[in-house]
Order: sequence, then structure tokens, then C-alpha cells
Amino acid sequence: MGLFILRRLGVMLLTALCLTFIVFFLTNLGPNLEKLAKTEASVRMSDDAVTTWLANRGYAQPMLVKYGEWLGVLPGYVIEGTDGVTRGLCIHPDQKPEDAHKFCGVLQGDWGQSSVFKDSVLSIVGTRLGLTGKLMLWVLIVMVPTALVVGVLAGMNEGSRTDRVLSTLSITTTATPEYVSGVVFIAVFASAAMGLRWFNGSATSAMAHATFVNFTLPVLTIAMYGMGYIARMTRASMTEVMTAQYIRTARLKGVSFRNIVLKHALRNALIAPFTVIMLQFPWLLNGVVITETLFNYKGFGWTLVTAASNNDIQLLMGVSVVSVFVVLFTQLISDIGYVFLNPRIRIS
Amino acid sequence: MEPLSWTGPIGTYLDPALEIVALLFVAAVVVQTVLSYFAPALTLQSNPDGTLMARGGALGLFEKLVKWLFLALIVIVLAFLVLGVFLPVGDVGIIGAMSKQFTPVWISLIATFAVSIYYKRRLGLYGKLFDSMIGMIGFGIVMFWVFTAVYTGVFHLIATLDPLSQVAALKNKPPGMPVPESNDSYGWYLLGGDNLARDVFSRMVEGSWIVVQIAPLATLFAFMVGITLGLPAGYYGGRLDTALSFLANLILAFPVILLFYLLVTPEIVSTGIPSFMGMFLFIFPLIFTLVLLNSRYHTQPAKRTPILVIVLGLMGWVYLSMISQEGTVVHFLPAGVDLFDVPSGILVVFVSVVFVNSPTVFRIVRGLTLDLRTRDYVAAAQTRGEGPWYIMLWEILPNARGPLIVDFCLRIGYTTILLGTLGFFGLGLPPESPDWGSTINDGRKLLSIYPHPALAPALALLSLVLGLNLLADGLREESLKD
Repeated sequence: MGLFILRRLGVMLLTALCLTFIVFFLTNLGPNLEKLAKTEASVRMSDDAVTTWLANRGYAQPMLVKYGEWLGVLPGYVIEGTDGVTRGLCIHPDQKPEDAHKFCGVLQGDWGQSSVFKDSVLSIVGTRLGLTGKLMLWVLIVMVPTALVVGVLAGMNEGSRTDRVLSTLSITTTATPEYVSGVVFIAVFASAAMGLRWFNGSATSAMAHATFVNFTLPVLTIAMYGMGYIARMTRASMTEVMTAQYIRTARLKGVSFRNIVLKHALRNALIAPFTVIMLQFPWLLNGVVITETLFNYKGFGWTLVTAASNNDIQLLMGVSVVSVFVVLFTQLISDIGYVFLNPRIRIS
Repeated sequence: MEPLSWTGPIGTYLDPALEIVALLFVAAVVVQTVLSYFAPALTLQSNPDGTLMARGGALGLFEKLVKWLFLALIVIVLAFLVLGVFLPVGDVGIIGAMSKQFTPVWISLIATFAVSIYYKRRLGLYGKLFDSMIGMIGFGIVMFWVFTAVYTGVFHLIATLDPLSQVAALKNKPPGMPVPESNDSYGWYLLGGDNLARDVFSRMVEGSWIVVQIAPLATLFAFMVGITLGLPAGYYGGRLDTALSFLANLILAFPVILLFYLLVTPEIVSTGIPSFMGMFLFIFPLIFTLVLLNSRYHTQPAKRTPILVIVLGLMGWVYLSMISQEGTVVHFLPAGVDLFDVPSGILVVFVSVVFVNSPTVFRIVRGLTLDLRTRDYVAAAQTRGEGPWYIMLWEILPNARGPLIVDFCLRIGYTTILLGTLGFFGLGLPPESPDWGSTINDGRKLLSIYPHPALAPALALLSLVLGLNLLADGLREESLKD
């Protein structure tokens, strides 16, 4: 078990390195840097001016060196610019070059400055993650129990009317992407045209304090898409368990249907959904980006969109690091959890 | 002209009927569900002639009632559609007018279903689809949009107005508004106008053509990539498998939206990265066909060589015309030889969608191959001395077709969702493009005041994806019965 976790951790680290390098490579390509120079300095810069501006700020170094510096395994550049100012990756504007640290990368906790928000990336990512965490918490509270109940109810009597109704329902929710369900929810529950103004169509006020009125629609929007999928997986696993030999034995023994479902079937049927719920996180991240944009809830997903559409390289890198780690970490937990929950694998 | 109401003059008779039947239906379903918890377990009893006896008692009565009410409901809804086709525009309101526009689609649908059901025993898995209600409903919805797309895109039949023309007086107007008399065109904005005063109905219909062009083709390419890489990974295992699986997991761990933002922005497009990715991804169908044909005919060189030259020559030409685009980094074919030019925005969208989908297909194919390679027929082929590619493509792949066909349907739906996501964030496709994602994005700014411009494409996309999911469900059910 220990070796297994270690190996998984190693692969995870390698994946994270590769992914962050890909993002770094794509965000630091020539045209992006040119755009950065023009937005930071002046729009009407000549091509030569752009080149010197970039060279003075260390952008002309080879890609791998830049990545190493960003990561914090190579010492940050110190360049005496053509304009006579000495700049360095680790030299803050109000700092002398001699006082600066040698290394300053992600590993040292220096995530750079956002060019859009004029703030440190670490603090932006921190606050935005907190807001998204609040959203996700409620999504999970709504989604997981509902999906499990729906799946178990549908799966315990395969082919019954309840099964057919609930299965169709879960197919429908998996066919409804967030930008469709969100639009429908707003149109029905928050628009003047329908007259039912039960909820708010914008969740901006939910950032300060979430209430039932302003937080229901975004939570429902994200929860719905994932719910159908988890419910279908639970149903599949439940129907499989219900045809197992030991369930038949229990039935023949005369155990009541209630007890069969609750005491015999449920525990084994819930192993597969656990993995599925964990693997849903990457998709939830997607949903979060769409929903936060749609409802104008300024969380992590909204920050991703803002950073990407404004060419805010440092912030985009920070956001990618966090999202890549969230995805990889949930994969790790799902693998370990699966092994841990399933006695057949745990013992062998 | 008068504004149209939803159901028009006919609605004064049919609307109350529909309401009453619907209410009764809901009530009957509720009563039946409650009763079913108290009813004794059903014991099957047969009549003297061998048929099964119907369920008696209150529950049996309600079961029959629900069935008849449901039928009545369908008849009334059909009445709206059929009357709409035959009565002049305006008598059955917006619903009827839309139904009239869709007339060619109805005819094609009826023809398809009639022919398919008549010959269903001879049509293999496709024919079996018509044994499952869910599958038929799904197939119906999917074909509805396919026919709509083809008639709109190729024959310019269904759309009432040009999707880009603006009539300033109809900005944000509700459904059914008449176009001012001075315009010499179709008389109404059936589903209202959007915030640029364009016709919502025509845009929705035109949007289907974009989806139907891109989604199935992109999914097919993703399958080619996934199959070509997944078969050897599963069959050989070892280092190759480890390396390919690592790459696939790498792409899968990437948040999709971040990837889209990184690939589809104009700055990245100008560096040519998407074009190079296209060159790489689009070569897989060629490799696949080459290996497929070569492994089959390599013992008969006289037959193989001409087949390969002709097929690969044609495919290579299409491949070269596809990747060579004017105005991008990759542009080498002279204009006379270049068969067609894909608009650069669409190509980028296409590439990124294929790129996101292929690792999942790879994982599915790899898993299936791992399972199938231990079968007896594979051992038999190995003993016969067949080459590994023959075994993979002509022994394992045909036996994996069931799950792959089901996943193909699901994946087209997923690709549709991805295309919508791209449109929703305004990535790739031009902003005035009528595709559903972009239209939803346009409409969402004024959503709480004028919901109709965003609602129409949203429901269209929902119905298409739902249809594909139901179709996949029906196919899975039927292929499991084999």
C-alpha cells in the first residue's frame, strides 16, 4: 500500500511538472509576450522597442530557463537593462538588487503579480478559492446525497416504473450542460418575462453573504449536470449488486426487502460511486467556470476566465497550478480510496 | 399584420382540452404511484387463450387510465403540429407556423421511420433500435435535427429569414411579432428578435447546421486517433502502453476550459500551433486506413497495391487540402489543387475538440483491447500466424464495436456540449455566427429581461444532446440482448 501511494505520488508530480510546463510554454509564446509588452508599456511601441522591453525583463531567455526560474529551481535572472536599470525576477520595485533573494519561484511561495488586479497572485488565488470552496461545498451537499438516493432507488428494482422515470430524469440532467440549465433556470425563476422572481439571476451578492435567494440557482446549475452521471453510476452498481448470489441467499432466507437494500446491498453498491464522485471534480471545475461566468460570481472560475481573456500570464499560471493540482489530487484520493474501500484489492 | 399568439385561433378549442387532459394525466399518475405502494405483488395469471390477464382492482383501472390519458395528450400535441402544416399560417399560431416551416423534416422523418420499421429485421443493430421505445425517441430527435440542419444548410428551406439580417423595429421583441410591411420577406419573427434585432428562429435553425457539420466529424477523428493508439497500447502492453497512457492522462488532467483558452486565442492561432496539431491529428485516419487495408490484403500484393494507391491518394489529397489554409502558417498547396478551405476559426475549434476527446476514446479502446486479447479467437488467429495488426483491426476491433458505437453516440453529444462551451466563451467561432453556444452567450446579458433569445438555442442544444443520449441508451440495451 505504501509503495503504491509513493508510485502514484511520483507519477502525479511528473504529470504536474509536464502540465505546468505546457501552460507556461503556451502563455509565454512570442505573440502573447508582445501583447503583454504593449499592454504594460505602450500600445504604439515599435517592434524593436518591444524586443528590448522584453529582453530587459528576462523574457528573452530560453523557455526552459524561464520555466526553471518560475518554478524556483534556477536562480532568478538579474539583468542590467539597456536603459541602465537593473531588474531581476526576485527584485521588488522598492528593493535594492543586493537585498533580493536568489531564488524566487512557485516553490518559494512567490507566485508573482497579477497585471489585471495589481495584487499578488497568491492572495488573489487564495480569496477566490475560498469563494469557490463555498460554492462547491453547497454543490456537494446538494448533489451527492440526491444522486445516491436517486441511483439506489432506481437500481434496487431494475426495470420498474420508478427505475424508468428516475433513469430518464438522470439522462436528461446529464444532457443539460451548465450554460443551458443556468439559462433555463434564470429564465424561469428569475426573469421578469415569466413573472416568478423567486431567486436572483446574479450571485454577486452571494460572495459577501450567501442566502437562499441568491445562491440557489448557481448551486443547482452545477449540481444538476454532475448529479445525473453519479446517479447512473450508482444505479449501474446497485443493479449489479442486486443480482449477486448473496442477495439471492438473503432473499431466500426471508430477509425483508428493506433490510436487503439497507444492510446487504448498499455498502457494496457505494464503492463505485465513490470513485466516480472523486473523478467528477475535473468536470465540476469546468462547471464552476461556466456557472461563475453566467451568474457573475467572482470565484476561481471567474478569475480563470478574466486572467485568460486579459493575457494576465502570472495569474493564469497560478490558476493553472491550482487547478491541475486539484484534478491530480482528487485522482489520487479516488485511487487510494478505491483500494481502501474494496476489500478484494486491499487484502491482496 | 397581427402578432401571432402561441397557438392561434385553433388554440381557443385545443388549449383548454390540452390543459384538462394534462391535469388529469398528472393526477392519475400520482394516484397510481400512491396505490402501487399498497397493492399486493403482481402474480402473473394467464387467460385460457394464453395471453396474460390484466391487473384488476383500482390499480389496474388507473394503469389503463394513465395509458389512455397519455395517448390523448400525444394526440392533442400532434393535432397542433399536423393542423399547423395544413392550415394557413396564423391559424395555429407560432406552433403551427413553426410546424409548417418544418414540413420537409416531418416528411423525411416519417419516410425514414416507415422504411426502417418495415425492413428492421434485415438491418442488423440499426434495425434492432426500432424495438426499443427509448432508442426510437432518441433516434427521432437526432434525425429531426440532422434533417433540419441539412435542409437549412444545403437547401435553404427551413429558416424564415436570413440569420444575419436586422429589422431595427424588432429588437428584443417577444415571439410572434410581425415584420413591418415594408420588408419583402416572411411575415413574422416566429421566436422573436434578439438584441441585434435578428430573427431568433432562423438563427436557431442555422445553428444546427454548424453543429451537425462539426460534431460527428470531430468525434469520428477522435475515434480514429483513439483507436489507432489504443489498440497497440492494449495489445502490446509494456512500455508503449505506459507511455501512451501517461500522455492520455496528461491531457485528461488538463481543465478543458483552460485548454480551450490557451489553444483558441488569436495569439496562439497566429503562432500556428493549432495548425500543427491539426496536421498531427488529421494524419491518423490515413494511418488507420493504411494499416487496416494493408493487414487485410498484404498477402495479395496484386490487389493491395492498387487499392492502397487509390484510397490513400484520395485521402491524402483531402488531408493536404484540409491542413493547408490560406492566411495561416501552414499554406503550401496552390489554389488550383486545394479542394476546399475550412474557415480558420472552425479548423481551430475542430482541432481542439478532437484533441480533448481522443484521450478518452484511447482509454476506452485500450480497456476493451486488454479484455479481448485473452479471448480464444485471438489465440486462434495467433496460432494461424496472423500479424499483430490483422488481429487488432480485424479480430479485436469488430468484437469491440458494441461499446464503441454506444460511446460514439454519447461522445457526439459531449462534443456538441463542448462546441457550445466554446461558443459560450466566445472562443474560435466568429461572434456573429449563429451557432448555439454563441447565441446563448449573446442572449445571456439581457437574460432576466428578455429570456427568449437565449432560451431557444439552449433548448435546441438540450434536445439534441438528450436525443443522442437516449439513442445511446437504446443501442446499449439492444446490443446487450445479442
